[in-house]
Amino acid sequence: MSETPAAISVRDVTRDYRRSRTSLFRPGTSVHALRGVSFDVRPGERFGIVGESGCGKSTLLRILAGLDQPTSGSVVVDGTEISRLAERRLRFLRERLQMIFQDPMSSLDPRMRVRDIIAEPLVAQGVGGRQGRVTELLGAVGLQPDAGGRFPHQFSGGQRQRISIARALAPRPGILVADEPVSALDVSVRAQVLNLITDLVQDLSLTLIFVSHDLSVVRHVCDRVAVMHQGQIVETGPTREVYGNPRHPYTRELVSAVPSLRRALAGASAEDLAAATAGTTQAGPTQAGPTSGENR
Amino acid sequence: MSAAIGSAIRRDAAPAVLTVRGLNVTVRRTPLVQGVDLTVGPGERVGLIGESGSGKTMTALSIMGLLPEDVTATGSVRLSGVDHDLVGADERALSRVRGRDVAMVFQEPMTALNPTMRVGAQVAEAMLIHHTKPDRRHARTAAEALLDQVGLLNHAQAARAYPHQLSGGQRQRVVVALALANDPALLVCDEPTTALDVTVQALVLDLIVRGVTARNSAMLFITHDLAVVATVCERVLVMYGGRVVESGRVDEVFTRPRHRYTQGLIGASDLEVVDARGRLATIPGSVPAAGSFPAGCVFRNRCIYATELCATSPDWVGPNESDGFACHHPAGVPHV
Amino acid sequence: MNREEAVVRQPSTGGRRAGLRPNPSVIVGGVVAAGVVMMALVSFVWTPYDPTLVDASQRLLGPSARHWFGTDKFGRDVLSQILMGSRTTLFVGFVAVGVAAVIGVPLGIIAAMTPRRLGELLMRGNDLLLAFPALLLAIMFSAVYGASTLTAMIAIGIASVPSFARVIRSGALQVMGTDYVLAARSAGRRPFAIGVHHVLPNVSSLITVQVSVSFAIAVLAEAALSFLGLGTPPPTPSWGRMLQESQEMLFSAPRLVVFPGLAIALAVLGFNLLGDGLRDRFDPRLEDHR
Repeated sequence: MSETPAAISVRDVTRDYRRSRTSLFRPGTSVHALRGVSFDVRPGERFGIVGESGCGKSTLLRILAGLDQPTSGSVVVDGTEISRLAERRLRFLRERLQMIFQDPMSSLDPRMRVRDIIAEPLVAQGVGGRQGRVTELLGAVGLQPDAGGRFPHQFSGGQRQRISIARALAPRPGILVADEPVSALDVSVRAQVLNLITDLVQDLSLTLIFVSHDLSVVRHVCDRVAVMHQGQIVETGPTREVYGNPRHPYTRELVSAVPSLRRALAGASAEDLAAATAGTTQAGPTQAGPTSGENR
Repeated sequence: MSAAIGSAIRRDAAPAVLTVRGLNVTVRRTPLVQGVDLTVGPGERVGLIGESGSGKTMTALSIMGLLPEDVTATGSVRLSGVDHDLVGADERALSRVRGRDVAMVFQEPMTALNPTMRVGAQVAEAMLIHHTKPDRRHARTAAEALLDQVGLLNHAQAARAYPHQLSGGQRQRVVVALALANDPALLVCDEPTTALDVTVQALVLDLIVRGVTARNSAMLFITHDLAVVATVCERVLVMYGGRVVESGRVDEVFTRPRHRYTQGLIGASDLEVVDARGRLATIPGSVPAAGSFPAGCVFRNRCIYATELCATSPDWVGPNESDGFACHHPAGVPHV
Repeated sequence: MNREEAVVRQPSTGGRRAGLRPNPSVIVGGVVAAGVVMMALVSFVWTPYDPTLVDASQRLLGPSARHWFGTDKFGRDVLSQILMGSRTTLFVGFVAVGVAAVIGVPLGIIAAMTPRRLGELLMRGNDLLLAFPALLLAIMFSAVYGASTLTAMIAIGIASVPSFARVIRSGALQVMGTDYVLAARSAGRRPFAIGVHHVLPNVSSLITVQVSVSFAIAVLAEAALSFLGLGTPPPTPSWGRMLQESQEMLFSAPRLVVFPGLAIALAVLGFNLLGDGLRDRFDPRLEDHR
C-alpha cells in the first residue's frame, strides 16, 4: 500500500502561556492551551476541527500557519518541519498555506482598497501581474470587477468573506485553513459562502482545514473531523462515523446538545437538549476565567 | 377552521400580554420596520425569526422602549398591566415598566451586568428598585434563591462573585435571573445564546424555558437560528425587509412554509440536504441595504417565482396576525 | 454588531466623511485656527506699520483711528506686532509639532510592534521624558545653545514627544491585534511593511487629533518661553514677549497686556477645540472597527 505523504503532520504539539504575575515572589501560572495534539491531514483532504471556546483550536491554527511557535512537538507541512523556523525561513509556507478568518469586519484593513487587500500576498511575495490576477480572483469569488476600487465597509459581511477568500487564494496556495469562516454570517449568506468554499476547494484541488464550533457546518464540509476539548483531541475519524456513532463522552455530549430543526419538529424540547449535557459544564464560579463558555 | 376559531376564542378569553399594532420604525427617513402587527398571549412562547436587516432587533427594542437617539417609532405597543402605550412614552414611565412588566435578555451578558457590582447584589437591586421585596435582607435571600434556581452551583458563593469572575454561560444565567427577578409578564430575548458554546446553550435555553413556564410569563424569542426557535417556541413570526412575511405555529411554518422567503430560509439552513454537486440550497442575491428594498413585495428581487403582480404589496392572507402570510405566489398552493 | 445597528450608527453607507453631522467644536475651533493662519498670511503682505519701528514720539498711545490697538512703550504699533507675532506662534507650533510627530509616531508604532518587554521598556523611557517639565527642558537648551526661536521649537517639540508616543502606541496596539494584520503576516509581509501600510494609515486619525492638541500646547509653551526671555529674541515680534514687556504697565496701560494675552488665549482655545472636535468625530469610528 503506497502512502502519499501527509500534507500536514502534527505530533505532540503543546503550547503553554505564562500568565502575568499576581505575586511578587512567584512567577505567573501557566495556561496549557494545547496539551499534546497529534493528527495528519492528507493532500486534498477536507479536514475539520470541531470544538467549543477555549479548546485551543485557534491557537492550533496559528501554529499551523506559522504565526506562532509551539512550546514543544513538531509540525511538518509539505515535508518541512516548521515549528522552529525563523520567519525568513518560513517564506515557502506563506506561498503554500493561507488562512481565512472569522470576523468579516476585522479581517480586512478598512483603509485599503479591495484590490490592494487581495493583492497583498502577491506584493509580499514579489509576484508580478497583479492587476490581472486580482480581476481573475474577484470573478472566482463571485464579485464584480469594479469591486476592486471600493473599500471594505461598502460591502456586506458575506461579500467581505468573499474578499477574504480571494486574498487567500491569490498566491495559489495548496492548503487553505479556514477559522470559523461562516460563523458570523446570516443563514442564507452562510449557504452561499459554504458553496463557494467547497466549489473552490474542489476545482483547485486544495487541502482544506476547516475549524468551527458549529458541528452541522463541519459535517457538511469535511471528510474527516477531529474533536477538540481543553487542548486535546478526544476523537478523530470520518465525519459520518464521529457524528453517527460518537465514542468519546464529550463528542456524544456535543452531538446531542446541538439544536436540530428535525429533532425539534419531532418533539425534542430544550429540556431534552440540556439532558444530553452531562457534568462537563460547571455552573459555579470557577478559576477558569471569563473566556470559557463564549464564542468570540 | 375550528382550530382557528378555537384559538380565537382562547385569545379573546385571555387578554394578550403583548399587542403590537402598525409598528413603524425609521431612522432619518430610512424605514427599518414597516407595519408590524404581533400578539403574544399569556404563557405563550413566540419566536421572531429573521436575518440581518430584517428589522427584528428594532422591533424588540421598540417593545422595550430602547431605541437609539435618532430612531423613531410610530404605532402602538401595549403591554398588559401597563395603562399607557409604550411607543412615545417618556423615559421615566418606561423605566418603571422595564424590569417589572417586561424584562430582557440580550446576546452579550457583559453589557447587561455592572462590572463593579457583585452579581447577587445586582439581582437584589432589581427587586428593590421595583419594590417587589420589602427590604434589603429579603431581597438578598430571594436573590440567592433565584441564583440557585438558574443553576449556579454554590449560589451563596456565586452571589458574592463579580461578573468577570464568571464564565460566559454563568453570566448569562445571572442575566436570566435578573430578568426573571420580578416575575415579568413578558420576557424578551434577543439572541440570548448565540454567543455561547453549544453545550452551554442547551443548558441556558432549558433554563429560560423553565423560568418562563414556572412564572407563566409570555416570551418573545428573537433569533436567526431556526432550530433554536423550533425547540423553544410554539409560534413563530418570520421577518424580512422590515415586515412580517409569515406567521403561524412552529410545526406548520417549518414543515409547510408558504412565503417563498421562509421556504428559501428553511432550505438554506438545512445543511444536510445537498444537490448532485454537493451544494446547499441558497436564496439568490443578498439582502439589500436598509431603505433599498423593492417596492411592493419586499422579497421580489430575490424570488424565483416573482411576477409583475409582485410589484404591488401582497395582502395578508390568514385569520389574524398570528397565523398567515403575505405572498402573491405562496408555496403549497397549486398552479401559481 | 449586526447590520441593523450598523445602519443606525453610520448615517450613510457611502464614504467615511459623507453625511457626518457638523460638530460645533470642529467648526468653532476651525474658524479660530483659520483666523490665526489668516493673520499670519496677511502679515506677509501688509501690516499697518512696521512692527519693529521704534518711534519715541508715539509712545504708549491709546487705541485710535491711526493705531487701532495703540502703541507700546517703544512706540511700536501693537496691531502690527500682533499680526506679525502670529507668524512666530504658528512657525513654532508647526515645527514643534512636526518634531514631536516625526519622533513620537515611529516611537509609538515601534513600541507597539516589538515584543512586550522591549515595548514596555521604551514606554518607561517615554514616561521619564513625560515627567520632565517642558519649560525646564527649554531652559536647559537655552542655557547651552542660547535663546532663540530654534531652541524654543526643538525644546517644545521634544517635550511633546511622550504624549504622541503614548497615544499612538495604544492605537497601534489595537491595530496589531486585528485579524487583518494577522492576515498580512500570513501573507508574508515584513514587519516594516506592516507598520507602514497597515498600522500608520489606521492610526492617522489619532495623529490628526494629537497634532491639533499638541499645537495648542505649543502655542502656550512658546508664549511662556518668550515671556521668560527664552524664546524669540527682539526685535522679531512675539506674543509672549509682548506680555513680558508690558508687565510693568499692567495697571497703567492694561490694554498692552490684554491684546497679546487675548491673542494667545484665542489661539490656544481654537486649536484645542479643533482637536477635541476631531477626536469626537473619529473615536466612535475607531470603535466600530472592532
